[in-house]
Amino acid sequence: MAEKKEEIQKEYLIVQGAKYETTLTNKFRNRKVWQPHNPNLISSFIPGTVIDVMVKTGQKVKAGETIMVLEAMKMHNNVLMPMDGEIVKIHVKADDIVPKNQVMIEIKPFHGKIK
Amino acid sequence: MSLRSNILDLRKRKLEVQKGGGDEAIEKQAQMGKLTARERILAILDEDSFHEYDLFVEHMARDFGMETKVLHGDGVVIGTGTIYNKPVCIFAQDFTVAGGSLGQMHARKITKIMDHALKMRVPLIGINDSGGARIQEGVNSLAGYGEIFFRNTLASGVIPQISVILGPCAGGAVYSPALTDFVFVVENISKMFITGPSVIKSVLGEDISMEELGGARVHAEVTGNAHFYAMSEVECFDQIKKLMTYLPWNNSEKAQAFPPKPPKKGLKIEKLVPGDPRIPYDMREIIKSLTDGSEFLEIMEHFAPNIIIGFGRLDGETVGFVANQPLVLAGVLDTDSSDKAARFIRYCDAFNIPIATLEDLPGYLPGVDQEHAGVIRHGAKILYAYSEATVPKVTVILRKAYGGGYIAMNSRHLRADFVFAWPNAEIAVMGPEGAANIVFRKEIMEAEDPEAMRQQKIQEYKEKFANPYVAAAKGYIDEVIEPADTRHRILHGLKVSKNKSVFLPNKKHGIPPF
Repeated sequence: MAEKKEEIQKEYLIVQGAKYETTLTNKFRNRKVWQPHNPNLISSFIPGTVIDVMVKTGQKVKAGETIMVLEAMKMHNNVLMPMDGEIVKIHVKADDIVPKNQVMIEIKPFHGKIK
Repeated sequence: MSLRSNILDLRKRKLEVQKGGGDEAIEKQAQMGKLTARERILAILDEDSFHEYDLFVEHMARDFGMETKVLHGDGVVIGTGTIYNKPVCIFAQDFTVAGGSLGQMHARKITKIMDHALKMRVPLIGINDSGGARIQEGVNSLAGYGEIFFRNTLASGVIPQISVILGPCAGGAVYSPALTDFVFVVENISKMFITGPSVIKSVLGEDISMEELGGARVHAEVTGNAHFYAMSEVECFDQIKKLMTYLPWNNSEKAQAFPPKPPKKGLKIEKLVPGDPRIPYDMREIIKSLTDGSEFLEIMEHFAPNIIIGFGRLDGETVGFVANQPLVLAGVLDTDSSDKAARFIRYCDAFNIPIATLEDLPGYLPGVDQEHAGVIRHGAKILYAYSEATVPKVTVILRKAYGGGYIAMNSRHLRADFVFAWPNAEIAVMGPEGAANIVFRKEIMEAEDPEAMRQQKIQEYKEKFANPYVAAAKGYIDEVIEPADTRHRILHGLKVSKNKSVFLPNKKHGIPPF
């Protein structure tokens, strides 16, 4: 029985300066491209449900204050303000279900006195 | 009552129980394209060899109205039989009886046959087709799972354990297969997951079908939970029987030897491998050019295909092959391929199967995702597995053996018994391109034409270091061989290593980078 040889779709992979002709796997193609952490974005660290958002757009908040509550794995998790700053945009409201790594609140640093 | 009427009564009782969940449920099972538990067992075992036990076991649930319900055999069939005239223990969950749900007696039947398999040192085959824990039996059902997992662990490395997923297998139930040696899945029929699509949707808002979440293809290709993937139950049973021919029946035996056969003519090894180390070829062809009858049973064919693992025979004896696949991702080692190879090496070592390693790789896969996925600890598994293995180990370097990859792929330094290299092999700390850029950085930078200088230095490095003779001069390579001699040299290497005995430091167990 003559086996048909499948034509190799040419793709390339560079390892230590050498360019190898080969094929790529779906897992490799779909790999996540690393992005640097943006401190101005408050993202969900775990998938869950938004219980409450305690701040409003434009509000100035001190570092360490609770700005929202996210329920995940049957726990109410307080999301804290990471620095003294101002709320720029709020993307979620109570009862929203959020997947992991979704941007929930945008902030920007604020230098000065916060009441 | 006369003995005769007692016998007739027994037959009637048996017939009743063997119907499992009844005609309607059996019809439903057939509509899903599934065989019944007994049909499956009969299809795997030799004809007329199956003997069943615990047929008349009844469940112990006394709450939620369960006390009035009859569950024939408590939803599982257990027994013994033979495959190619050699004894095996087997169980099959019966989906037609309460969805194959696992209660206390159901679990007790399974653990009974597991205990028997371990005591008698024969392989255990488990067919999983179950909706999960029987909620009505509460913690007794959880206890049942725990008892099964414990026995899976005890039996690991003592007898071959095979799991066949022929239906849903959800929640805790998936951990028994995960603890066994080989997991078989069938397209459209097998489903495995810890939490199902409906829970994921309600808690996390992610919408995914059962098939996309934990179907056969997903486990064969993405998760690496399955070792064999088939399009139908019949094909799956053939795969199981084929695999069994390569395995020893327990860890104090060797796999059965078959009459020696030469590889098929026409597969000329030296013609299959391109001279340019950057041009790919299909390593499976190379393995087939070496094995008896050019037969090779590949394991985990679709997962991390940049490394190939599987069984073949050399002069009739089972050999485990581990080989880089230049056709996929240039044959690099990465988290998945290291995992895949390491587990297989440990399997071979546990069951007295010698290992042949065919090497052609540019090193470990670079990338942030790899580093963050823990390529350090995953990559370390392959070092651990080769170092620890005391079965005969032979390595052939076909083309490239660079850097960490050279060490990892059963090098002399990890106590390979024989290491051979082809005359075109490049054994070096890294490829000429990478090395030239580092070693001659200054010269290249200061040259009038840096690119011309780079090419010149790459060539220089190639001539000086990218060959097998530097390693051979140190004795790291035992012999530089002609490609056509490859089968003969591996075979001879394994033959003279037959009575190999190695003494490792006394310990309870090591701590591999799991």
